[in-house]
Amino acid sequence: MNDLLALYRAQFRTTIAEQLQYRGGLAIWTIGLVLEPVIYLAVWSTVARSQGGAVAGFGAADFAAYFLVALVVNQATFTWIMWEMEYWIRQGHLSPLLLRPVHPIHRQIAVNLTFKLLTLTVVVPAALILGVVFRPNFAGIEPWTALAFIPALVLAIALRFAIEWTLALAAFWITRVTAVNQLYYVAFLFLSGQAVPLLLLPGPVKAAAEWLPFYRTLGFPVELLLGRLSPQDAAVGIVAQVGWLAVMVVLLNAVWARGIRQYSAVGA
Amino acid sequence: MRTLRLLWVHLRLGALNELQYRGNLVAQMLQSLISLAASLLGLGIVFSKTDALGGWGPYELLAILGVYFLVGGISQLVVQPSLSRFMEDIRLGAFDFTLTKPVDAQMLASIKQIEVWKLVDVAIGAGVLGVALAGLGEGVGPARAAAFGLTLLAGVAIVYSFLLLLATCAFWFVRVDNILVIFQSMYEAGRWPIGIYPPWLRLSLTFLVPIGFAITVPASGLVGRLSGDTLALAVALGVALPLVARWFWRRGLRRYSGASA
Repeated sequence: MNDLLALYRAQFRTTIAEQLQYRGGLAIWTIGLVLEPVIYLAVWSTVARSQGGAVAGFGAADFAAYFLVALVVNQATFTWIMWEMEYWIRQGHLSPLLLRPVHPIHRQIAVNLTFKLLTLTVVVPAALILGVVFRPNFAGIEPWTALAFIPALVLAIALRFAIEWTLALAAFWITRVTAVNQLYYVAFLFLSGQAVPLLLLPGPVKAAAEWLPFYRTLGFPVELLLGRLSPQDAAVGIVAQVGWLAVMVVLLNAVWARGIRQYSAVGA
Repeated sequence: MRTLRLLWVHLRLGALNELQYRGNLVAQMLQSLISLAASLLGLGIVFSKTDALGGWGPYELLAILGVYFLVGGISQLVVQPSLSRFMEDIRLGAFDFTLTKPVDAQMLASIKQIEVWKLVDVAIGAGVLGVALAGLGEGVGPARAAAFGLTLLAGVAIVYSFLLLLATCAFWFVRVDNILVIFQSMYEAGRWPIGIYPPWLRLSLTFLVPIGFAITVPASGLVGRLSGDTLALAVALGVALPLVARWFWRRGLRRYSGASA
């Protein structure tokens, strides 16, 4: 356990040093991160205005609150492992990682968390500025929703990490995973509540989205914090998060075990 | 004439080179179709809740989507890969070889690298535009077609000049390979009419990064909501910006001392 902590600390230091070398890249990345929710916000605010101020109970200020919180939650939960894993496997960079006495996933978790902490320094000011510009309606936030938001967010981070790590392992069998990644990205966009609150999806799609795990990693914590869910729904949601997480961890281990056997270590 | 012939030679070489990797065609088609599907899904959800977005009807937004694919395809077909290559060449010193060729260096640097499969995006853009036109019906006469053609030409010239301006910075700050990514990530905003964005963003998308001129303006020309002022401004910029970019390029070129020499 102590060894693992030391590993995380070391990875933390290296990642910070590494990222500070590429400040320009970080700035460009921030533009994309902030622009995306602003686009959805603009689209849906326009729709709300054209429908006499609100659509499905969402006014412009409600959309602003939704997409601002979604920006922060997405920043906390996103991973880039699906792109990185392909590179590791295709180029053989996975080999040295396998030689180390710890599972490569630890390294990835440490890098991911460090990057999040680092980018928080740009994302929080960006969110605050957008908050001033768009005047979100945060009236629904109550002490209990703020409190319940914390475990929901932590679970969302873990769940999305497990899902995307598992999907990333497709690279063991497929050499060019761009199409797979893109399909996942589109599915996630609509089923997680990233591009549009679930409430606005057509009935059957909405029902499906509620059963699938994507919503639990993004839309659910957002709606929970904003007070759009009843306490029962919140409890059910957290149970669903735990359940999906358990399923994904089992799946992850099974796929990893098979994939590692498949791995032929190109370039090693 | 010579420019066209050179472009053709590079296009053919690029095609021959890529034909070795036919799997890439399938990959590109898959990628473009998924992107198209995502856009259509988004439009579908929006129009299930409203009849018009900022005054734009479904077929009019489809026209925007068509221009989005068309201009994006053209830019990714030759402009962006060539300019990325140019910046890489500056960094590695290989740009010396471009300079020794008996053709204009700016032109050669702008057409050097061709990603043939991006023609898929151009084709998708044309197809979507066709569907939009069919849906818009009678209204599109020669006047609108001319406005569309003119503004599309101006839009492509503006995008090219803008990207060239960015790339030319490589003469001063050798490592700027990420700079074109800014354009790509902001280009996403062009899927929707820029009129729906708040003023500060609309202005940045018009004058800072000229996505409005590249997408919304030509689409407006096609659906007949283009004012004479905007048309004049687009054409003026389409003429002026290439000249500015040319001037900036020459200044940069004078600074270049050859990295490897």
